[in-house]
Amino acid sequence: MTLGQQETVEERHSNRLPTNLTKVQELVYELKVEQVMTRDVITCSPDATMAELKEVLRVNQISGVPIVEDGQMIGMISVENLLRALEEGDAQTRVRDKMTQRVQAVRADDTLAGAVALFARYRYGRFPVLDAEGQLVGIITQGDIVRGLLKQFETLWHSEEIRRYRASHIFEDIESEQTTLILRYHVEARDFVHGGEASSKVKRALDRLGAHPQTIRRISVATYEAETNIMIHTEGGEIIVEARPEEIKVTAVDDGPGIEDVAKALEPGFSTAPDWIRELGFGAGMGLVNIKASTDRMTLTSTMGVGTRLEMIFDLAQGGE
Amino acid sequence: MLLIGWFINVTLAEILALLDGVLVSEGADLDTEVEFACGADLMSDVLAFTHAGTLLLTGLTNPQVVRTAEMTGIKAIVFVRGKKPASETIALAQDKKIPLLTTRFTLYESCGRLYTRGLQSCGLFDLGHKAQEQGPDHATRGQA
Repeated sequence: MTLGQQETVEERHSNRLPTNLTKVQELVYELKVEQVMTRDVITCSPDATMAELKEVLRVNQISGVPIVEDGQMIGMISVENLLRALEEGDAQTRVRDKMTQRVQAVRADDTLAGAVALFARYRYGRFPVLDAEGQLVGIITQGDIVRGLLKQFETLWHSEEIRRYRASHIFEDIESEQTTLILRYHVEARDFVHGGEASSKVKRALDRLGAHPQTIRRISVATYEAETNIMIHTEGGEIIVEARPEEIKVTAVDDGPGIEDVAKALEPGFSTAPDWIRELGFGAGMGLVNIKASTDRMTLTSTMGVGTRLEMIFDLAQGGE
Repeated sequence: MLLIGWFINVTLAEILALLDGVLVSEGADLDTEVEFACGADLMSDVLAFTHAGTLLLTGLTNPQVVRTAEMTGIKAIVFVRGKKPASETIALAQDKKIPLLTTRFTLYESCGRLYTRGLQSCGLFDLGHKAQEQGPDHATRGQA
């Protein structure tokens, strides 16, 4: 398979596995040959007979070896060369006379993509790997490439697991009288294209911290309603999340204009939103009602001309989260 | 007489067929199943009443519909009455991996087609007691 073909394959499957293939492609260009090659190279002397070579291949269960003389690689020989020699009754012939002398090699610092291209172009089962000085430092097969990619995938997956574990155990690992993780997000006024990004980030952060999905959902819904309120009604503000082992507190603050009648604002259906907001699917006077239903405790304070502060507290079940 | 039994999960492929719909999102897995559906143009209602695994049918096409879906765990969105979502909406949905579908049918007819297929409504009942809370109509059908 050439690299060109690989691109078509990706295109054809792209409606199924877009992310995974991108990751494989990334890795193929990231990983170097030296990271996946076999370092302990089994070699053979040019003075060995083909019968001796057969033993080397059989004992090591390999299908080809570099031929090395005085520390220099001078050729390659494969099981195909051996079979041809045996057919012709040349078992006692020296390897030197049967080996391939024009050897195609890869460099240790080539990318896997380069090696894959070579495997596609030449139908060899293996390539010797040379360092910058031309010294033989390893050997690479298509199996080495597959193994290397799988190993790298496993490593990436494992480090992701560790990251998740660390995040969710942050409160257990760090000892203090009271540990609080504080996250702050700016909310732009009337930006309906990017609006909701703060809530989206809060949601991801809570997921990282290992909170229970139901709790994450409650907090996300309430935070998103609060963020929408800042977007619609104010000149911009902030969402501040304080995470503690026993509770999550989300505060939405803005610099005005403030709510004239807080009690009225909390009534279902009461809204001061303009028509263009209603056309966007908000402004029906249900935001604060939703927030109240999603939180365990909520306080809303507002001063006209100064600003509004909405505090939402979510209790975390002990142990489970 | 409707020949439906208990509520069922429906795949996106089947939804496209039932609604004579078009898939807007690239790379969506049409074998994805939805468990509930919700037809609404008021996002606060969607935020209040939907569950994870819900299909949202709506006439709104702005990016906040996708944000709402993200917050509530909505699995896919159908835009009704032949509405085409804005490019920001498509981009955000792609980023959040929420498939977008369109249909030429109205919200009412789209919901009706899915409901008669057996896709149940979201909201207004406790998920833990799904079986007992399906309304008289369906209780009888279940016993029949």
